[in-house]
Amino acid sequence: MFTTAAGPCALHQQLRSFGNAWIEDNLLTPVVSLRGAGLQFGKRVLWAGLDLDINPGEFFAVLGPNGSGKTSFLKVLLGLQELHSGTVSLGGHPVERGSKRIGYIPQQKSFAPDTPLRARDLVGLGIDGHRWGMRLGAARVNRRVDELLDLVGASDYSNVPVGLLSGGEQQRLRAAQALATDPQVLLCDEPLLSLDLHHQQGVSALINRQCHERNSAVVFVTHEINPVIDYVDRVLYLAGGRFRVGTPQEVMTTDVLSELYNSHVEVIHANGRIVVVGLPDATTHFHDDAHPTAGEDF
Amino acid sequence: MDLGSILQTIFNFENYGELLALVQNSIWAGAVLGLLGGLVGTFVMKRDLAFAVHGISELSFAGAAFALLIGADIIFGSLAGSVAAALLLGLMGVRARDKNSIIGVIMPFGLGLGILFLALYEGRAANKFGLLTGQIVSVDTVQLQALAGTAVVVMIALAAIWRPLSFASGDPEMAEARGVPVRGLAIGFMVMLGVSVALSIQIVGALLVLALLITPAAAALRVTTSPRLVVLLSVAFAVSATVGGILLALGSRIPISPYVTTLSFLIYVVCRVIGSVRAKRGLMGRVTREAAPAAAA
Repeated sequence: MFTTAAGPCALHQQLRSFGNAWIEDNLLTPVVSLRGAGLQFGKRVLWAGLDLDINPGEFFAVLGPNGSGKTSFLKVLLGLQELHSGTVSLGGHPVERGSKRIGYIPQQKSFAPDTPLRARDLVGLGIDGHRWGMRLGAARVNRRVDELLDLVGASDYSNVPVGLLSGGEQQRLRAAQALATDPQVLLCDEPLLSLDLHHQQGVSALINRQCHERNSAVVFVTHEINPVIDYVDRVLYLAGGRFRVGTPQEVMTTDVLSELYNSHVEVIHANGRIVVVGLPDATTHFHDDAHPTAGEDF
Repeated sequence: MDLGSILQTIFNFENYGELLALVQNSIWAGAVLGLLGGLVGTFVMKRDLAFAVHGISELSFAGAAFALLIGADIIFGSLAGSVAAALLLGLMGVRARDKNSIIGVIMPFGLGLGILFLALYEGRAANKFGLLTGQIVSVDTVQLQALAGTAVVVMIALAAIWRPLSFASGDPEMAEARGVPVRGLAIGFMVMLGVSVALSIQIVGALLVLALLITPAAAALRVTTSPRLVVLLSVAFAVSATVGGILLALGSRIPISPYVTTLSFLIYVVCRVIGSVRAKRGLMGRVTREAAPAAAA
């Protein structure tokens, strides 16, 4: 029903023209690959027949209203949720829980003020917390923690208990945790939610840097495309059991979204931002996450 | 009984040297339990299981009372009770609120069962009382070896899952995404907790297990957030409380638990005061730079 556009990234086309086998293998093989993928809970189909390739260095946004299966899409890639139909592979291998190829940035969720973890401990857990036994090479881990804290600009509060940090600071630590293994894919689940504008920009720029400098693919689940509009290469828009994949210009239009939502939705492009007016989702119920709903700008 | 003679009863150091030689095993037992309690306690705090410890100890008490009644081994009885309770909590209570209500339900049930068994028991009254308030004087070498051996097994198991357990306790969502078997670790830790509770009951009794498994770690967390320092302090506090309590209790005919719990409590109060004074004046580790717009973030 809907087609999948190939990654439009100019770099990829340029590299392809070299015809270099190494580059083909390492840079151009899709990192994430879904074929005929479908997910449903009971009789409710979230999405079905999804064919999708996400390339290295691509910033891929997943958009849609609540309950459209955005987070479930991430859970499939994390290996925490089985597909109802079709296949999914990551770097050419079937997905598995705890894969080193994946970095994960969850929604910001505050820690209790007395959580017995400092910023550096949280990042340290991202490096080797999944291994058995006790930590032996502490000096090596500490050096890596310092590097990562520096990378995300969190060095100044490395010894502060995480529960005393602001939401934006905590999300920087999440980014540091996620980058610990230098992942091929960075999965972000609404990482900007509940952050102020300043921190939204900081955290999204950080993620974009990993995408471009380290050539990681970024899968970015979000309510709002505007904070990352300058970075996004392609979007997957999920709504009403249907989906559409393409560049923001192709997908974020009045026609496409009206078709997806099965009701008239107005999309306005202004000053490089995109405003969606008349979302059925926004007018029928309030979100449970206290997100601004009326006249929501996507 | 005037105040003087009460004090005399509480603190009596006559023939202290001779007594000390007699209770060497007890002191070692206290040290082993302090070490174990200090280690396990840090995870009890991190995982918010203080109430669970109480619930487990009541069922452990019921198990021990039943063993006493039928003439079986008391240690085995208390182990069976506490491991059963720990497994039950580990398997059933995933959400914190649910877990607390389950504990609230089984705790009085366990205590009631224990009292029933003790009421049916017709042996020495001191045996009954010991289960609730602890007895330390009569630890023989065989008991000490069994105690130390079990404690070592628990500590080795704890060391083996230390890192992923820390991850799963402090940051469960992330740990799950990184492939840490969060649920399996939770159940595994509950079993270790159950065994630790059963061992501690031998010394401080069912009612006062919290003083060994919670207070030292809670005190340590008041003064530091460094994971390594928390463990070291927690162990130091727990060992001081148990060994110190035994030493103070030696000459008197009072059970050791009031000594252990009072020491433990005093350590906690001091740590709490230090912690709050520090929180008031300190930056909590934040580095401020002159140029940076005042730690606004």
